[in-house]
Amino acid sequence: MLNVNTAVEIAFVLIGAALALNVYRLLRGPDTTDRILALDTLGINAIALLVLFGISTASTAYFEAALLLALLGFVGTVALCKFLLRGDIIE
Amino acid sequence: MTDCRRPTASGKDRYNRASGALLDDPDNAFLDEACVNSSLLLAAIPATAFATFSLPLLVQRCGRAAATLAAATVMATCLALLLPLAPAAFAGHSEVARLAWLPGYGLDLSLRLDGLGLLFCLLILGIGLLVVLYAFYYLPTSDRLGRFYSILLLFMAAMLGIVLSENLLLLLIFWELTSVSSFLLVAYRSDKYESRIGARMALAVTGGGGLALFAGIVLLGHIAGSFELTVILAAGEQIRAHALYAPALILILIGAFTKSAQFPFHFWLPSAMAAPTPVSAYLHSATMVKAGVFLLARLYPALGSSDLWFWMVGGSGAMTLVYAAATALFRNDIKGLLAYSTISHLGLITLLFGLDTPLSVVAGIFHIINHAIFKASLFMAAGVIDHECGTRDMRRVNGMFRVMPITATLAIIAAGSMAGVPLLNGFLSKEMFFAETISYPQFEPLGWALPLFATIAGMLAVAYSSRFIHDVFFNGEPIDLPRQPHEPPRWMRAPIELLVLLCLLVGIFPGWTVGPLLAAAAGATLQAPLPDFHLALWHGFNKPLLMSTLALAGGVLIYALRRPLFAWQAHLPPLHPRTAFERFYRALAAGARRTLAVLDNGSLQRYSALLVSFIVLLGGWAFVSGPSADVRLPGQPADEAAVGALLVLLLGALGATALYRERLLAVILVSVVGLVVTLIFIRLSAPDLALTQLAVEMGTIILLLLVLYYLPPRSAPRSSARRLSRDLLLALLAGGGLGLVTLQMLASPFETMSGFYLQQSLPGGGGANVVNVILVDFRGFDTLGEITVLAMVGLAAHALLDRLVLLAPQHDADGRPWAAEAHPLFLSMLMRPLLPLSLTVSVYLFLRGHNVPGGGFVAGLITSVALVMQYLANGIAFAQPRMPRHAVRLLALGLFLAAGIGLTSWLFGRPFLTSAHGHVQLPLIGDLELASAMVFDLGVYVVVVTVVLTVLAGLGSLSLRARSQIEEV
Repeated sequence: MLNVNTAVEIAFVLIGAALALNVYRLLRGPDTTDRILALDTLGINAIALLVLFGISTASTAYFEAALLLALLGFVGTVALCKFLLRGDIIE
Repeated sequence: MTDCRRPTASGKDRYNRASGALLDDPDNAFLDEACVNSSLLLAAIPATAFATFSLPLLVQRCGRAAATLAAATVMATCLALLLPLAPAAFAGHSEVARLAWLPGYGLDLSLRLDGLGLLFCLLILGIGLLVVLYAFYYLPTSDRLGRFYSILLLFMAAMLGIVLSENLLLLLIFWELTSVSSFLLVAYRSDKYESRIGARMALAVTGGGGLALFAGIVLLGHIAGSFELTVILAAGEQIRAHALYAPALILILIGAFTKSAQFPFHFWLPSAMAAPTPVSAYLHSATMVKAGVFLLARLYPALGSSDLWFWMVGGSGAMTLVYAAATALFRNDIKGLLAYSTISHLGLITLLFGLDTPLSVVAGIFHIINHAIFKASLFMAAGVIDHECGTRDMRRVNGMFRVMPITATLAIIAAGSMAGVPLLNGFLSKEMFFAETISYPQFEPLGWALPLFATIAGMLAVAYSSRFIHDVFFNGEPIDLPRQPHEPPRWMRAPIELLVLLCLLVGIFPGWTVGPLLAAAAGATLQAPLPDFHLALWHGFNKPLLMSTLALAGGVLIYALRRPLFAWQAHLPPLHPRTAFERFYRALAAGARRTLAVLDNGSLQRYSALLVSFIVLLGGWAFVSGPSADVRLPGQPADEAAVGALLVLLLGALGATALYRERLLAVILVSVVGLVVTLIFIRLSAPDLALTQLAVEMGTIILLLLVLYYLPPRSAPRSSARRLSRDLLLALLAGGGLGLVTLQMLASPFETMSGFYLQQSLPGGGGANVVNVILVDFRGFDTLGEITVLAMVGLAAHALLDRLVLLAPQHDADGRPWAAEAHPLFLSMLMRPLLPLSLTVSVYLFLRGHNVPGGGFVAGLITSVALVMQYLANGIAFAQPRMPRHAVRLLALGLFLAAGIGLTSWLFGRPFLTSAHGHVQLPLIGDLELASAMVFDLGVYVVVVTVVLTVLAGLGSLSLRARSQIEEV
């Protein structure tokens, strides 16, 4: 019978695999857009990882960290995309 | 803590000889009220001078007269403060006022007024007042005079400081200040080449002498155990017996000789004649050049009465006396003649101090007074002639007696005093000098040598005075003058008239006019009962009178024979100490530039390589030679997540290094590193650090991308293999070494401060978040310093970016044109509601910061990232008008909040930055713990937001300016 812990462990493995794939895409490319997407997804997976940590340790501290990462994490992506499109990110 | 005391009473025993500090004396609680008042008055003299020296500059917009009046008022005020103190000084008392400043270094603000100081104060203020009046007429009407008078007053304040200092270190500070302010005065006409050269030479020589003096004073203080004059003057025996007496004396004499233009340091004074004549009349006759002989007089009881003193002071003085007098004769420039004459007379004074008998010291002091009076008037007369004729060349300025009879008469009387003609003050002190050389005991077998030498010097003085009188005022008609001369304005002549009147009064009624002042000054100089001397015009037919007669006759004879003499002088090999010095100076500067070019060649790589090499060397040496840690903490097992995270970290770092030419990729990889570091901080329970890291990361990406846009598309040339391997080696050594040291540190058991902080955080700082409490409370002063630096950086960035225009590339790195849509609609629509959300989060983080992770710094970063996102998504045209303006004022506000709350703790008698905290009951919200440190934190917040916004938005606006420029073209 599966309990929560088992589910969390499975999720850890899956997210770990996703992170590894993100890193692969990040290094491999081939395009800059691929890498930016990889970075963004890496951030999203990191949020998931944090939430999972919170569940597994039964601590609320990680949820806040995840929330802030979600709030700020996309700034880099936006800036990078803007740079690709226009060069000048603040114009 | 004003203390006052009369050393003639029981002052000495209240000194702790070892440290020179005043002992705490409970019996001293009762202070004589009159004594306190005079201490305050004494302290008020230099305080007034320094507080008001910029007054002429402030009032110069009301006109030249206002500036002049302001300068005169300052001097008159100082004089008025001095007068109530004069009776005590005349009576032989030394007034001492003391305020502890840096007692640990023996440096107190202690002042002293005795007869010698009084004499110099009167010279400085009296002649200063005359010079102020004179300069009003002398300087061109286009000059608004504020700057001139302000520097003059600064100089006067520094001079007053020198003559009123009780502490020798304090004296040294004023001494340097006179060097600096006289530099500014000599270079007053800074558009003229010779003014700049003259000023520089004066500063180099007197400043160099100041350094020697500094060393000498430190030695003297070491010998005597105190820097206070009262102690030093009483310790003459002990000082002369000390092994360090000779070096201390030589160094102090170098200081005095450079200032008073004694051979071989005399050459700067003629160059400094490029100064406006009022400056020469003030500095180069009465005050600054007298500072050197003042120092000789001041330290005479401590340093005098030794063979070394006799040979050095007497030798240099005698050499200067004759050499400068002979040179003066051959100068064609009136001011040049007066300059060398000044050097010669200073040599005379120095020689008198060197003769080292009580009477010769009295004569020296007397000559200081007389020389100041007649030389100041002569300089002013020379200025009048220069002013009226447009030249000072005595070969062209002739026959002035007919043109300006009154000025001529005045100048002739003053020059007569310079020559030592009877009925004038110069005669009296010269007679005393002659008498001293006759009765001097040391040269028994060669008893005639010194008087002969003195007579020759006297002849030369008469000769050059005759030349001045005859060439300028008679000797035919003027030749080819630039201007038509006539008598100067009435009030321009007034200072000369007054001084010449003094020459006569002192010369005819010496005992009645100058006697008491001379007695007081000489008594204070000797620090002993005065020798028996009689000031009178007539002493009967005696040897000094014979010498005077010989000198007068011989001098006139020399002048009569001038033509063959001048012809002979023209064939002498040229002696140019000034040129030699200038050459030396330039060689030195060129050498310094070459050295700098080698060390500072502008290559960042070289700086980093040198810096890192030194760190590796020193760190490696410390690591190898230091004690090895025997005890090691057991390592912690690594879990899979940590291993994975470190792997990604490694990949990101290596990738960024390898791909640094692909700038954008490198930025992406660096942000991966940032993300992983954030996660690691979270995992290792460092939420404050994680929050900060995250916010900094976002700011960094934006900053890097902003800068990338302006970088040239081609990347730098590849480094050579040798350089690459050097850098690789250095990087490996530095990185490996740092890792090793960190490992070593973490593996050794050690006690930290953390325990204390954890314990004290809540009871002491009123907050449960130790990190924040440390930042804003325990180490608040640190943080204040840091945000100050941050504000300075913001200010600098603001200034640098303000007018900067950079050329923006027209297409991306691959040559594709930029996308047409500047602000995608969905992005800008998405960002607007996000702003209040982000701001709420940052306010929340700020408010709770004292107890749970958060605080001003993190909140500031999040706010600024949220605001920058508005720029990014909606453009400058949208964001700029909605942002707070006046970045500079905001920076000031932030610092004011932080420092202000720190200062308020003083109101409650607590140390700077003491924090108060307590509980407040608020409706709806309930119990709230508030700490005053929160205001401090608000200051941090404001500074952080302003700096980040200034830098990022400033960089962003560059493109706007560049684009508008392109459109203009």
